[in-house]
Amino acid sequence: MRIGVPKEIDEGEKRVALTPEVATQLQKLGFSLAIETGAGLEASFDDDQYRAAGVEIIEDPKELWHSSDIVMKVRPPSQHPELGFYGVELMGKGQTLISFLYPAQNPEMLQDLSERGVTALAMDSVPRISRAQKMDALSSMANIAGYRAVVEAAQHFGRFFTGQITAAGKIPPAKVLVIGAGVAGLAAIGAAKSMGAIVRAFDTRPEVKEQVESMDGEFLMLDFPEEDGAGTGGYAKTMSPEFIAAEMALFAEQAKDVDIIITTALIPGKPAPELITEEMVASMKPGSVIVDLAAETGGNCKLTVANEVVEKHGVTLIGYTNLPSRLSAQASQLYATNLRHLLTDLCPEKNGEIVVNMEDEVIRGATVVKEGEVTWPPPAPRLSVAPKADMGDKAREAVEKAEPKPKHPLAFLAPLAIAGLALLGLGSVAPPDFIGHLTVFVLSCFIGYMVIWGVSHSLHTPLMSVTNAISSIIVIGALIQISSDSPLVVILATLAVFITSINIVGGFAVTQRMLRMFRK
Amino acid sequence: MNTGVITASYIGASALFILALGGLSHQESARRGNLYGMLGMGLALVVTIFGIISNNYFVLLLGMIAGGAIGWYLAKKVEMTQMPELVAILHSLVGLAAVFVGYANALQHSELSGAAKTIHDVETYIGILIGAVTFTGSVAAYLKLSAKISGKPLQLPGRHWFNAGLGVLAFLFCILFVQGSADGGGLVWLVLMTLIALVFGVHMVVAIGGADMPVVVSMLNSYSGWAAAAMGFMLGNDLLIVVGALVGSSGAILSYIMCKAMNRKFVNVILGGFGTSASKGAAPAGPAGEAGDVQPIEAEEAAGLLEHAKEVMILPGYGMAVAQAQHTVFEITKKLREKGINVRFGIHPVAGRMPGHMNVLLAEAKVPYDIVYEMDEINEDFPDVDVSIVIGANDIVNPAAQEVPDSPIAGMPVLEPWKGKTTIVLKRGMATGYAGVDNPLFYKENTRMLFGDAKESVDALLKQLSQ
Repeated sequence: MRIGVPKEIDEGEKRVALTPEVATQLQKLGFSLAIETGAGLEASFDDDQYRAAGVEIIEDPKELWHSSDIVMKVRPPSQHPELGFYGVELMGKGQTLISFLYPAQNPEMLQDLSERGVTALAMDSVPRISRAQKMDALSSMANIAGYRAVVEAAQHFGRFFTGQITAAGKIPPAKVLVIGAGVAGLAAIGAAKSMGAIVRAFDTRPEVKEQVESMDGEFLMLDFPEEDGAGTGGYAKTMSPEFIAAEMALFAEQAKDVDIIITTALIPGKPAPELITEEMVASMKPGSVIVDLAAETGGNCKLTVANEVVEKHGVTLIGYTNLPSRLSAQASQLYATNLRHLLTDLCPEKNGEIVVNMEDEVIRGATVVKEGEVTWPPPAPRLSVAPKADMGDKAREAVEKAEPKPKHPLAFLAPLAIAGLALLGLGSVAPPDFIGHLTVFVLSCFIGYMVIWGVSHSLHTPLMSVTNAISSIIVIGALIQISSDSPLVVILATLAVFITSINIVGGFAVTQRMLRMFRK
Repeated sequence: MNTGVITASYIGASALFILALGGLSHQESARRGNLYGMLGMGLALVVTIFGIISNNYFVLLLGMIAGGAIGWYLAKKVEMTQMPELVAILHSLVGLAAVFVGYANALQHSELSGAAKTIHDVETYIGILIGAVTFTGSVAAYLKLSAKISGKPLQLPGRHWFNAGLGVLAFLFCILFVQGSADGGGLVWLVLMTLIALVFGVHMVVAIGGADMPVVVSMLNSYSGWAAAAMGFMLGNDLLIVVGALVGSSGAILSYIMCKAMNRKFVNVILGGFGTSASKGAAPAGPAGEAGDVQPIEAEEAAGLLEHAKEVMILPGYGMAVAQAQHTVFEITKKLREKGINVRFGIHPVAGRMPGHMNVLLAEAKVPYDIVYEMDEINEDFPDVDVSIVIGANDIVNPAAQEVPDSPIAGMPVLEPWKGKTTIVLKRGMATGYAGVDNPLFYKENTRMLFGDAKESVDALLKQLSQ
């Protein structure tokens, strides 16, 4: 099948849905590839690089839309500003469109696609389960956005991120508050932390505390009776009014202290919640920066203007909506790799033919139109997290079971007493000779015990072979008897000498061979 | 030579043997330790041959030369992967020798009487008993290890009663033998007991499963020592007693370490493999999720992960030995170290088929021993590890041991690669390990599965890294 990749036409969109590296890998799956000329230029991939990777360069985007079996894009199709056509109009039966489609926001487009008999897979509808992580483009883009948010903040913040003590005085570290510890939030925490800032984070889902702490961030806890903000599919849900009040109080307090606020709070299908009020902005130190990653859906701060940088009350508010596009080369590479993983799943035979298998949970979730039939929304995804409370109970039970019974404090004396009595009993009947040997035996056991615990674990195999060799000291027993007059005894003794000799020589030689192999 | 000189030499030999074992506490002193051992053995042999023997030098020499030549040949020829088999077969020889020496002694008339004679007879009896069990037990272990018989535990119905019956008989025959011997006979009881011991040895080992072999091999190691000690008592020879006790406690400690590493009781191992209470083997795998939730990876991507890592941990298991992949693994290690990546090996105590088996295999592949670490040394380092590679291991990296309280392997200490950033598991398919327990590690978000034969996978990795 032939995959066509048109140039992105939305304003400010610098990403491209195919990179030369991914092109090579897609060809291994049996696909042939075509790309509109100059499609990758904004992401630093020129036509020559694509050509070298075996991709055909096409001049006319209309031809691409019309003739490709699969059209891959980043942004949902829109009206071409210069050529004045709408890509979907050129598609027909048997063609497949893979792109971000936002089906909830674009019902007309779904209708359009279905009327034309097209199959469409929305990258934003890939279910967020662990198996689908490798094709979760929302996550890979959010990761970039989080990182870039910190870079943008640093750009507009007139101070250091890291603390230093210089000859000219002390530089305090910047304090960064990240609201929402999803993929973007975590990436922002990591980036800010690695620049040396003090990072705090807040999220309504208490279970992300660990993740925040693993990135060395400080997790802000609400002094509030437990309410779990975890919704379906890894997003947070809307919280109760009391909770929100407590949360706002926390933000108000933090706003006075921190230099940079990065908000990432999104609730799917709804306008972004307002978390930073105008009063909070006014209470921030002059020169502070707010990066609002929710600017596209109204912003977590009402003062934010989408796609612009504005200054209010001495605070810079950054409302860029397409941060991944500002790291276009990397974003394209990750997005194209997400596409490749999806295509790998769509093409199990690796023969360049795709099969939209609606039994597959991931493909089912991503498919919004199948051969003209709207299949969105998909049935609710299965939860990928196991019921935790249940596990906890079991673990507790096991711990309780394992609780050892308290032992009598003198219990350890019992075996000693028994051993002592046995020795006394033996001593009273056995000849002194035997007792002498027994002394040697017991002391040797203790020596062996002490010596062997000191042996390095890595030398346990040589230990076994060398003990093997020396346990053939039994040969002494045979030697003592070999001079007997009885032929039977001589035969037995000779046999014993023969086999212990195998052991002695073999054991020592193989030990030596092994030990010679150990080197630094 | 007078008795004093002989005894003094024996004391010297004993000291040398202790030094030999003590030398193994570190790689650098180990070779010298082995030399001490040879010296001790040489001293004991020379003194005995020239001090005690009065005739039959010819057969003696013939036996020693022929045996020595065979031993030399075996030691030179053996593959390091076959070390467990060699050790097992050598154990069987010690057991057999103990039986021969015991019989030779029983056939000779002794001038003892009364309690001394009873004790002597019991010593002979016990020495032969242990020797015979060691002999057939080791032969069975050898056959299992070299896959000449099935590695699966053979569990006869009522086998515990069978064993108990053999034990009772052995005890009964002991009494009969001592009584018979007091009248100048009783050999028939000795022979009957030997037969029982031979059967018992086989039966004990075939009932134990393949992955419990480290315990079995160290247990037989211990038995061979106790057999030597019993011979020492019988002959009234302190050198044999000392050496026997040293070897016996050595094997016992190894068995203990192995059992601890599997969180199993020694008695349970001896009484039979996993799944003795049949339902347990099918215990739920816990939060494993479904088989579809694994994330496969190709060699190319895996190589990319490795190249961009700073800390790499390689966790080999028996599968690496079976696939003979250790040399390629070291080539990969070299490539990565050239790139400034810190590569280390983590060894679980029961990885492989005998204690320390993995270390020897890695040493053979020329992996420097100072980058090979024990489980306890490296487990807490995993959070800093970028990529862990699991090669041919399963149960020893199973998080179920910590997370699922009713898992058959719950409580077993395991390596914890899932605490690192990424784990690559080289595996043929999704089969379970020896314990028959599903491994939740394979379904973790940061785990990638590189499916295929271990050797082919590491070859492919090496090829990618060389480009």
